[in-house]
Amino acid sequence: MKTIGVLALQGSVVEHINSLQKIEGILPMEVKSRKDIDKIDSIIMPGGESTTIGKLLRDFELLEPLSDRINKGMPVWGTCAGMILLAGKIIGEDHVHLGLMDIEVRRNAYGGQLDSFSCHACIDKVSKAPVNLIFIRAPWIERVNGNVEVLAEYEGKIIAARQGNMLVTSFHPELTEDLSFHKYFSEF
Amino acid sequence: MSDRFELNKNLAQMLKGGVIMDVTNAKEAQIAQEAGAVAVMALERVPADIRKQGGVARMSDPKMIKEIKATVTIPVMAKCRIGHIVEARVLEALGIDYIDESEVLTPADESFHIDKHGFKIPFVCGAKNLGEALRRIGEGASMIRTKGEAGTGNVVEAVRHMRTIMGEMRRLKNLPAEELMTAAKEMAAPYDLVVRVAKEGKLPVVNFAAGGVATPADAALMMQLGSEGVFVGSGIFKSSNPEKMAKAIVKATTYYNNPEIIAEVSEDLGEAMYGIEISEIKPENILSDRGW
Repeated sequence: MKTIGVLALQGSVVEHINSLQKIEGILPMEVKSRKDIDKIDSIIMPGGESTTIGKLLRDFELLEPLSDRINKGMPVWGTCAGMILLAGKIIGEDHVHLGLMDIEVRRNAYGGQLDSFSCHACIDKVSKAPVNLIFIRAPWIERVNGNVEVLAEYEGKIIAARQGNMLVTSFHPELTEDLSFHKYFSEF
Repeated sequence: MSDRFELNKNLAQMLKGGVIMDVTNAKEAQIAQEAGAVAVMALERVPADIRKQGGVARMSDPKMIKEIKATVTIPVMAKCRIGHIVEARVLEALGIDYIDESEVLTPADESFHIDKHGFKIPFVCGAKNLGEALRRIGEGASMIRTKGEAGTGNVVEAVRHMRTIMGEMRRLKNLPAEELMTAAKEMAAPYDLVVRVAKEGKLPVVNFAAGGVATPADAALMMQLGSEGVFVGSGIFKSSNPEKMAKAIVKATTYYNNPEIIAEVSEDLGEAMYGIEISEIKPENILSDRGW
């Protein structure tokens, strides 16, 4: 049994838990405290508001223990807001949150809610069938550096990437019935 | 269900576990964002002032909404009057993220709400009971909130509405299929949505608490009752230390099951907003009775 935590400070927590529950051999767990971080094998940082989640991570002193574990190899997957938390640079802002991944992201890159959209795309490394991608006030990756591998692009923008134990997506697989991204991550 | 409706429901899902704060200018919006709000509600007067000053409460000045939109990176919501199709179109044209068709403003229509399916922008609407929630969802609302009694700093109505909605959903879940049509008739709700709630045991959209939340403990109480997030109207900027109150409510909403944390953040907050006993409000001034 592998315990996959979902950072449960704010956002689409239950959606990730529900997806993980459908995968055999996975025990999903909400993560809200330092103690919880010690109990998990890997962690998902869900969609939500990155400013809110970032502040709560700082105020409750979770930033450091989380960074430590990820640096030591714990797999992490950030969806949307989670991707912003992991980014080494946030364009137009002078601060980062975890800042662990060599990507430069642009927040709300596609615009406001009226610009939210969904589409289908093939992401070879993840699934043989096209996956439904849902973008909600989504960010994109403007640039990748170092050994970051680009997993998917949409209309010339990078929307999914991996760097070793770190996975990020601009979109929200937790909002679909498709489990391919959750399965892909659970094998990290 | 259309793609657009799904996307609009999805944004509400991203707001879950968070606090949406009423703000009346760019400076307050900045304070709300810094405190950790997941969204701001732009309006000219907070409900407590609307209550005090009286008169007709309308959609806010687009200039103010635009300034707030330019100041923050989190989603911006704004209110239109019940049934005021044109105010809704104006807010949609401003490119904000969510419209609240709200009983806090003076209704523009005494019989009908807006056909929200006709809009690209998402709507949140207030409800006192399950029938009202499902009527609003039937009209296209992609998020529901309790009405509570806005501007009172008294959480009792929000509690009543949340308990009512939750209780009615539990009841539906236990009804045999042949009783659902009569249940739909009795609560004046669309039959297909009644069937869906009976099957899933929950609303098909996100459900927040609103109306009277004034302290961190109020916010945590609403979360414990099954709310998926909290709107705080007058409770923040009518308190003596808005910044501190805002931060405390954000933390209490996340850690609603942790009394030690709620105790810690509730310490030394200064004065909460002045509260009003519901029975002292004249019947014509009860906002939660607006909505059809």
